[in-house]
Amino acid sequence: MGLIARVILVFLLCSSAQAQQRFITVASTTSTEQSGLFKHLLPLFEKKTGIQVRVVALGTGQALDMGRRGDADVVFVHARPLEEKFVAEGFGVQRFEVMYNDFVLVGPKSDPAKIGGGKDTVAALQKIKAAQAPFASRGDKSGTHFAELELWKAAGIDIAKDKGPWYRDTGSGMGPTLNTASGMNAYALTDRGTWLSFKNRGELVIAVEGDKRLFNQYGVILVNPAKHPHVKKEMGLAFIDWVVSAEGQRAIAAYKIGGEQLFFPNADK
Amino acid sequence: MSTLGEIVALSLAVSLSAVALASLLGLPLGAAIAVGRFRGRRSIIVLLNALMGLPPVVVGLLVYLLLSRAGPLGSFGLLFTPPAMVIAQTFLVLPIIAALCRQSVEDAWVEYEEQLRSLGADGLRAALTLVWDIRFSLVTAVLAGLGRALAEVGAVIIVGGNIDGVTRVMTTTIALETSKGDLPLALSLGFVLIALVILLNAAAQLIKEAAQRRYG
Amino acid sequence: MAASTGILPLDLRDLRFAMGGRAIIDGVSVLIEAGPATIILGANGAGKSVLMRLMHGLLRPTSGQIAWQSRDAERVRRGQAMVFQRPVLLRRSALANIMYALELARVPAAERERQAMDALREVGLVDVANRPARVLSGGEQQRLALARAWALHPEVLFLDEPTANLDPGATREIENVIKAFDASGTKIVMSTHNLGQARRLGDEVLFIHQGRLAERAPVDKFFRQPASAEAAAFLKGELPWD
Repeated sequence: MGLIARVILVFLLCSSAQAQQRFITVASTTSTEQSGLFKHLLPLFEKKTGIQVRVVALGTGQALDMGRRGDADVVFVHARPLEEKFVAEGFGVQRFEVMYNDFVLVGPKSDPAKIGGGKDTVAALQKIKAAQAPFASRGDKSGTHFAELELWKAAGIDIAKDKGPWYRDTGSGMGPTLNTASGMNAYALTDRGTWLSFKNRGELVIAVEGDKRLFNQYGVILVNPAKHPHVKKEMGLAFIDWVVSAEGQRAIAAYKIGGEQLFFPNADK
Repeated sequence: MSTLGEIVALSLAVSLSAVALASLLGLPLGAAIAVGRFRGRRSIIVLLNALMGLPPVVVGLLVYLLLSRAGPLGSFGLLFTPPAMVIAQTFLVLPIIAALCRQSVEDAWVEYEEQLRSLGADGLRAALTLVWDIRFSLVTAVLAGLGRALAEVGAVIIVGGNIDGVTRVMTTTIALETSKGDLPLALSLGFVLIALVILLNAAAQLIKEAAQRRYG
Repeated sequence: MAASTGILPLDLRDLRFAMGGRAIIDGVSVLIEAGPATIILGANGAGKSVLMRLMHGLLRPTSGQIAWQSRDAERVRRGQAMVFQRPVLLRRSALANIMYALELARVPAAERERQAMDALREVGLVDVANRPARVLSGGEQQRLALARAWALHPEVLFLDEPTANLDPGATREIENVIKAFDASGTKIVMSTHNLGQARRLGDEVLFIHQGRLAERAPVDKFFRQPASAEAAAFLKGELPWD
């Protein structure tokens, strides 16, 4: 019993020590975190400013909800219409563009819908639907999910109405969705970053890439202190300022997986 | 950046704290129910037993809503910190410890009741005396709670946010590595977790046996 | 030890106790007075144990009255102690078990160890004072239970077949302690199957048959010339004398 009391005491002391540390909470997306960008980027910011950045990685919809509730100081996501709505509703102060990466359409080597090597996503989706080839969707209000829905719309398909058993709504993050796609030999839309670090590919390969429609823009927004007075305004602004500064943009461009650059900085462009 | 050592240490710190708190509250609670005679006692026992199966993710969601800035306890700023994880796991583990303690105390009460009442110990006094007397068989209840706490991911991931270097524990790391497709890493972490739980159980069993030899 | 204005006599009036529709105690009326050691005899299932528990307050009667001399409920409770067939001891040392009982009796902390040691001395268990109570032999445990009762200096000591589980040697030791209690003025109320023991320790007998008080007599008279047919049958059929 005494030993346990001591454990709790030490733990509480450590927690309070941690609480003394200056930090901000950033709501971002699972695909961004899983790409490894934050592991590369944040230590640079922390060394420069002494501010620890605590990233809670969720889907885009959840991340923005976190901002609405005031549980984060900054949101850093990639779904422009949703971000603009967020600011318009007064939950965010201002949206700044930071970088973009791209999506790729992956699928089984056997390619039942015969779309391999193509550059036209819209045509590819139409072929997938025609062939009723298995397709794994994130279905979780994320930026990726949102982008996928826009692509179906662009292909003239009302996916909510026209989906069949070939369309699998996994309701989960990018990694689990890819796990499902790999397990089922299904097509899926994924960001390049997650794909590059994904280790369970099975028979999946890239089927379609390079289409302008697959570009994925990131924005960063300070949660509005007028709505949530406890938001760490100065430290949050310091983070935003750094990320769009020349130094931050250089750091973003420097992040590579297997020699390949994942994110393309485009602040103020 | 969370090292393996930090992740394991945090898992232990969070779950042990939660079990300690849950024991502090749950052992007297279970004992009082075992020994008491009041209206609705049977319903309370059924409810307590049912709460043992509380889904962790539901507990996580409820505690999240409590601790969120938009929630009633938001001003404490506890969300996404280890204390929030301790709180969530305490709620999860409390019914287990209380329900199992109630069962053990009720069984022991059959043996002790008449003598304790003859000596003038009643109600809560008798319950606490019993809890202390059967403390070694209550180790099983506490271990069950600890096992549950160390193994769950639903509650800690929601209220902790799985933040690298801050709230990342073994189970949330396994979940993360699995979703990143790094199955070998996730599996090895899983084995570390299992080994840890086995070690804790073995240690508890040795302590229990030594004490039983000594005290009879 | 027992004040002249104590909690005795105990007046039982038309006491009834029923469970599951069956009457276990079926109208017992008796006045239990200070002085003589009272032995309760009867066949299995006659209701001896229930009767003692009713007297001691562990069970509540279905109907009838249990009236002690004193109106002070606390005093009535403190003036009694009970020893059961199986000693119930805590997982602590022998000494600590007695100190626990003294703590419940609100004896000041500074006094408890001394009084507990006195009680252990009385029953000859000083050497095992610091041993865990539960590793003691059956006879030692029962002696410890008696020491615990002794430390409380009760006016009435209830004993429910205290030697039923003990070998003859241990039985003798227990009987000696009970005699010491009796000699010090504590009222003994004891149930037993052991007729020899009843003769050795008792002054009067209450014979219970099917929940009723069938006979009450001084111990010699009871064994020589039982007045009731049930008692006669009981004495004839009972197991040999120890």
